[in-house]
Amino acid sequence: MAVAEKMLLMGNEAIARGAVEAGVQVVTGYPGTPSSEVFGTLAHFAKEYGYYAEWSVNEKVALEVAAGAAYAGARALVTMKQVGLNVAADPLMTLAYIGVKGGLVLVVADDPGPHSSQNEQDTRKFAQFAKLPVLDPSTPQEAKDMTVAAFDLSEQLGLPVILRPTTRTCHVCQDVTLGPLPATRNECRFDKNPGWVILPGLAYKKHIWLNQKQKEISRLFSSMPFNRAEIKGKTGIITSGVSYNYVVEALEMQGWEASLLKIGTPYPLPEDLVLEFLSRVERVLVVEEQEPVVEDQVIHLAWRHNLPVGVAGKHNGLVPREGELDVDRVTAILYKYFGFVGMEQAAAGNTVRRAPDLPLRTPVLCAGCPHRAVFYGFKEALKDYDPVFTGDIGCYTLGVIPPLNALDTCLCMGASVTIASGLSRVEQGRKHVAFLGDSTFFHTGVAGLINAVYNRAGITLVILDNGTTAMTGHQPHPGIGRNATGDPARRIDIAGLVRGCGVDYIREVDAYNLQEVMQAAREAVEYEGPSVVIARRECVALAKPGVRYRVNTGACIECMLCVENLGCPALCREEKVVISEKCTGCGVCAQVCPAGAIEEVSRHEV
Amino acid sequence: MKFDMVITGVGGQGTVLASRIVARAAMDAGWQVRTSETIGMAQREGCVVSHVRVGENLAGALIPDGRADVLLGFELAEAARALAKLKAGGKAIVNEDVIVPTSVSAGLSRYRVQDIREYLEKELPGVCFLRASEVAREAGNSKTANVVMLGALSTLPGLPFSPEGLLEAVLKTVPSQFRETNRKAFEMGRRAMGVC
Repeated sequence: MAVAEKMLLMGNEAIARGAVEAGVQVVTGYPGTPSSEVFGTLAHFAKEYGYYAEWSVNEKVALEVAAGAAYAGARALVTMKQVGLNVAADPLMTLAYIGVKGGLVLVVADDPGPHSSQNEQDTRKFAQFAKLPVLDPSTPQEAKDMTVAAFDLSEQLGLPVILRPTTRTCHVCQDVTLGPLPATRNECRFDKNPGWVILPGLAYKKHIWLNQKQKEISRLFSSMPFNRAEIKGKTGIITSGVSYNYVVEALEMQGWEASLLKIGTPYPLPEDLVLEFLSRVERVLVVEEQEPVVEDQVIHLAWRHNLPVGVAGKHNGLVPREGELDVDRVTAILYKYFGFVGMEQAAAGNTVRRAPDLPLRTPVLCAGCPHRAVFYGFKEALKDYDPVFTGDIGCYTLGVIPPLNALDTCLCMGASVTIASGLSRVEQGRKHVAFLGDSTFFHTGVAGLINAVYNRAGITLVILDNGTTAMTGHQPHPGIGRNATGDPARRIDIAGLVRGCGVDYIREVDAYNLQEVMQAAREAVEYEGPSVVIARRECVALAKPGVRYRVNTGACIECMLCVENLGCPALCREEKVVISEKCTGCGVCAQVCPAGAIEEVSRHEV
Repeated sequence: MKFDMVITGVGGQGTVLASRIVARAAMDAGWQVRTSETIGMAQREGCVVSHVRVGENLAGALIPDGRADVLLGFELAEAARALAKLKAGGKAIVNEDVIVPTSVSAGLSRYRVQDIREYLEKELPGVCFLRASEVAREAGNSKTANVVMLGALSTLPGLPFSPEGLLEAVLKTVPSQFRETNRKAFEMGRRAMGVC
């Protein structure tokens, strides 16, 4: 991040840059799309700019580490995605009462769509729930500027501040104008004080304090540059976050005019500014993604002040409450709102004929992914058992996709173990096998495993250890022996940890060795009490490609077992089965082939 | 000035990197830029659509339907899938190499290459079909197909950067040991446009 006037930055990188400009001293996080690159960038520059950075094992831990630093007066930032905030909810709700000394900024990325998440929950609602200020950037530039402002705001208020970008800010690149780097950092010292100890008596007093703060924040927000109004007539639009961009572009494309209020601080609402706007218009449309956070507050405000203004938005069905908005969707909403009949003009400028049937294309496990072999092995080995396979969050969630069809449940981080445990209580005689990755095991899997051991749940846990947090971009974790800033770290041995949790049956297998995987599968499910299989192989995206395989067409009996059961993208069905150059040489297809027709390409032929 | 471009392909083909390179070239030429890319959810083998917007007073990063000036299709079926983004009279360059998804091998869907090709030819008069992966292999590395496509792009009129500017952005972005291969891929992509 060399000092330059402008840089092409992704929104997440822009947030990281903002944190550096704000003089951040401690950075923590747990990866989750679309938030991951905020921390990834910060970890990369930690040494250059001299701050501490760690990937924590989960979001609760990450928030607590950051809060501790902020107690001592440090500027701290913690990153996660929306569902991660659920994990961190417990410390967050009380932290709002306790407050902070140094600036504490939570970057919580939301994923309307959703593109890569279990749900579409709206972090602005969480901010409202915790009574904490939230900033909602519309572009990477604004995300950077808001990050800097969030630290100042946090210290001014003595409260954590939430920055809530969405996918279309996080993963958007923009030419971002950089600000100066800080000359000094906050001095840190933790002062002992009963105010840091939340006992019921203090909680009551601090609740009153926190409620009073809401008005102060609202007033402060009314004069912030992230909120601004432009009056152009009696019809008004209030819009927040990335929706602001879509409204501006839709108005411009259609040549319409309306009074526009941009809200960058959706909670608490900048009431003075909104009241002023509502007094200048006759009716107002609120355009925001996800929940009616701004809309509800606008309705409330208009009602309290007896303002004769009509409020349209999600509550009258004009703006959808699910999924992402874009210019096309906003244009259609504005058409209805402005009262135009005939949606034809709002439709796209071109009229393309319907495409012929296009092939279904979903993301799949990579060619050579070790998870594929483990899923296949367990399915084959337990064919006669009718087992339940519970899944978890990570690349291996893709094991659900045909032809593997290997997973029966998926809920949230760490839930494979606990769901299997729960099922085992009510489905006696059935085999319950939970699958989770190495990073997920450290995140919340280990707690579920301890619970299973303690309560003697007869489940099998399969830890798919590919030596990284693959899905979110290969972040390190405690099982790797390297930390976020690339320094050597003590490697926490998963098998040893599992043993320490009190598991007596542990098998470590090579994920590529089908016989070994299948034997362990049979043994593990037959074992009474909790059993753990650790299947190891480095993530294929990080491994050096080995030898390649090819089909000996003379020996191939065209049974199609390899193609139809494995779902490896390197196996193509042309006239016969062909192995493409995507092959990484895992050799699992060769073990599956009943005719021995899949063979290594010898080195001198490559 | 406003210039909108959609790059569409399959995860792993380098569409995200291509969109960054285009944005960088436009930025170096003094324009505002926005890109929006598909990241996460193990996007290998999944559909990827990257939006690149260049100009003045830009708002959001998502290109509305029927507004893109150029469609760069890194894969045949994915080009067809994204066609609604292209404006009437917009230019398209399509890599005619086919990546058959595993859903086809699993019998869940079909890939009708001829139908899709005919559809594109009918809907896009003057569409250029390239065998970008093959050209990339000739250039020395099949992974440079994305840069072959950028070379082809650089021959189009009305771009917000010069061909030299785009090549420079390529060379600034790729790792130093692959610079020569990428320079060759870019040049071969340019030449390939002369014959399509």
